[in-house]
Amino acid sequence: MMTSIDFLSWVRGPVFIMATAIFVFGISLRLLEIVSLRRKPDYSAPRGSRMVGGMRTLFSRSMYDKSTFQRSAFTIVAGYIFHLGLFIVTFLSVPHILLFRELFGFDWFGLPTILIDAVTVITLLAMLVLLIHRLKNPVRRFLSTFENYVVWTVTFLPLLTGYMAYHHSVFPYPLMLGLHILSVEILMVVFPFTQLMHTFTLFMARWHTGANAGHRGIQV
Amino acid sequence: MSAATFERGYKAFKEQIDAPIAAYFSSCVSCGMCAEACLFFTETGDPKYTPIYKLEPLRKVWEQEYTLWGRLKALLGISKKLTDDELAEWQELIYGSCTMCGRCTMVCPVGNDLVYMIRKAREGMAAAGHAPPDIIVGTQRAITIGSATGVGLPTLQAQIRRIERETGMKIPMDVQGVEYMALLSSMEIMSFPEYLEALAKIMKYAGKTWTLSSEGFEATNAGVQIGVSEIAKELVMRIVKAAEKLQVKTVISPECGHAYGAIRWEGPNLIGRPFTFRVQHILEVLDEWREQGKLKTEGFEKARLTFHDPCQSVRRGGVIEQPRNLLKMVASHFVEMEDHGKMNWCCTGGGGVGAIEEAHELRTKAFNRKKTQLDALKVDKLVTSCANCRLVLEDGLEAYEMEMPVMGLTEMIAEHLKEEGEMEKDKGLYRFSEN
Repeated sequence: MMTSIDFLSWVRGPVFIMATAIFVFGISLRLLEIVSLRRKPDYSAPRGSRMVGGMRTLFSRSMYDKSTFQRSAFTIVAGYIFHLGLFIVTFLSVPHILLFRELFGFDWFGLPTILIDAVTVITLLAMLVLLIHRLKNPVRRFLSTFENYVVWTVTFLPLLTGYMAYHHSVFPYPLMLGLHILSVEILMVVFPFTQLMHTFTLFMARWHTGANAGHRGIQV
Repeated sequence: MSAATFERGYKAFKEQIDAPIAAYFSSCVSCGMCAEACLFFTETGDPKYTPIYKLEPLRKVWEQEYTLWGRLKALLGISKKLTDDELAEWQELIYGSCTMCGRCTMVCPVGNDLVYMIRKAREGMAAAGHAPPDIIVGTQRAITIGSATGVGLPTLQAQIRRIERETGMKIPMDVQGVEYMALLSSMEIMSFPEYLEALAKIMKYAGKTWTLSSEGFEATNAGVQIGVSEIAKELVMRIVKAAEKLQVKTVISPECGHAYGAIRWEGPNLIGRPFTFRVQHILEVLDEWREQGKLKTEGFEKARLTFHDPCQSVRRGGVIEQPRNLLKMVASHFVEMEDHGKMNWCCTGGGGVGAIEEAHELRTKAFNRKKTQLDALKVDKLVTSCANCRLVLEDGLEAYEMEMPVMGLTEMIAEHLKEEGEMEKDKGLYRFSEN
């Protein structure tokens, strides 16, 4: 029978390599699928710059005008908290940074564990609230497909298992850590084939919209 | 146009998908924020009017044709193929409840340009024979008579004769080598000929040479509205040929926002080459002259008034500051709606919706958005710069029993032009300074 140590080395070894391969290959394929579709040239006389417009919208779309904010305050605030939290926990927790150093050979400054712990709890709560909102809000419930819930689950689990592993809860640490790593690997495998791809493609989307508007001399 | 079939439609959907479309669909996380930007949702609360949902047919084609994972899902029967019935069902979403106003594009957090997508989805819908009957009839009229509303050259000629008789001004037709060639929207010819009169007055005042063309005067483009590029190209070519034949430097788009977008931004792409002339919106022209001191006004409108931004010339067209600069010249009590300029709410009748009889009830309901905006301002007058917006606004105001005159901005400017004597003196100076 597989011990928890065996399990841990299994998820850190072959499973990790496989998940990484699917993750990298999948994302490359998806991005290639998009880029290879190309875009027709615009023959209309420009009023402004595509480049300036595109660059502008990459950033400006993270900001909202007053009326839009009022109408979608919940989605915006909860969305911000969850995304920022996810970023902080993923890239600024010391164990993660050590892993990145092992993989890529360089590191950066991490945040104190207690802070990461707090951010994790806030992020988990934000995600739960967003899930409830998805189930309750008429528009979000109407738009949501099975995929939305899959995506939510595979994003939620790494946060939860990471938190549990750190607090040595339910299972002994090696097993919990193994489960945490496995949950991240599931996320990596699911990533390229679902809406999780927005992490990368949103920059393309913003750029196209911003560039088209920039060409017309409009800031969007 | 060959016979519309589902297969042709499917092929058209496929052909429309480009890198931006793929990036947009890949990025949507179903957050639902676009619903809150659409007045068909905000005024009805019905989630089916969520802008991204209106694009479901196009999304299916993208996923199943242009992604490996989507093909696999279709093959395994996890996702269903697009059907003709589905397209029939989507007609009211892609045409009847989307004015292509582009407000949703402004709020999407991942930056999806939903109007860009709707415009393309309409190509598929039209090719599959699922454009609304009213829009199909309008498109046929545009090809045979010259405009979607059925207004042709004889109607224009009759209006010209009337204006010439009443004002003593000459409306130039088919004059070669002049600076400007003006276009009109059939709604202006039919319902608001004041525009043509105002244009003639301002041209005379500014001392500019201009003409209309009997071969290309209609600025609206039914092909763009319905989503048949082939027809849209033919209609644009009428204008291009006329402008090139008369060797004009600039073609002036009328106030109509749709017309401006169709000729200024889509036009060159429809014919596949840049224009040999410049295209300007009438308000761009007027604001340019204002800046150069060639347009001087006197007196002010006393009424408390506001400006309704036509989506296609403002949010989608980029003529944003010009109407404001011009209004400030002639209105002493000009106030802005809470959401204005790029964020204004549509009149509810753009993108062909105003021409669809079946959409009338929904459109009237959605007009409550404009009513709310106007009620908050307590204005006595509404100014706009689009004949279609104006008709729809008048209709909506009547339905809600609101008494408020609606006026075109160009006319308003024409009414306030400085006295003749002053003008002549000024004009001499400008001529002198130009040399």
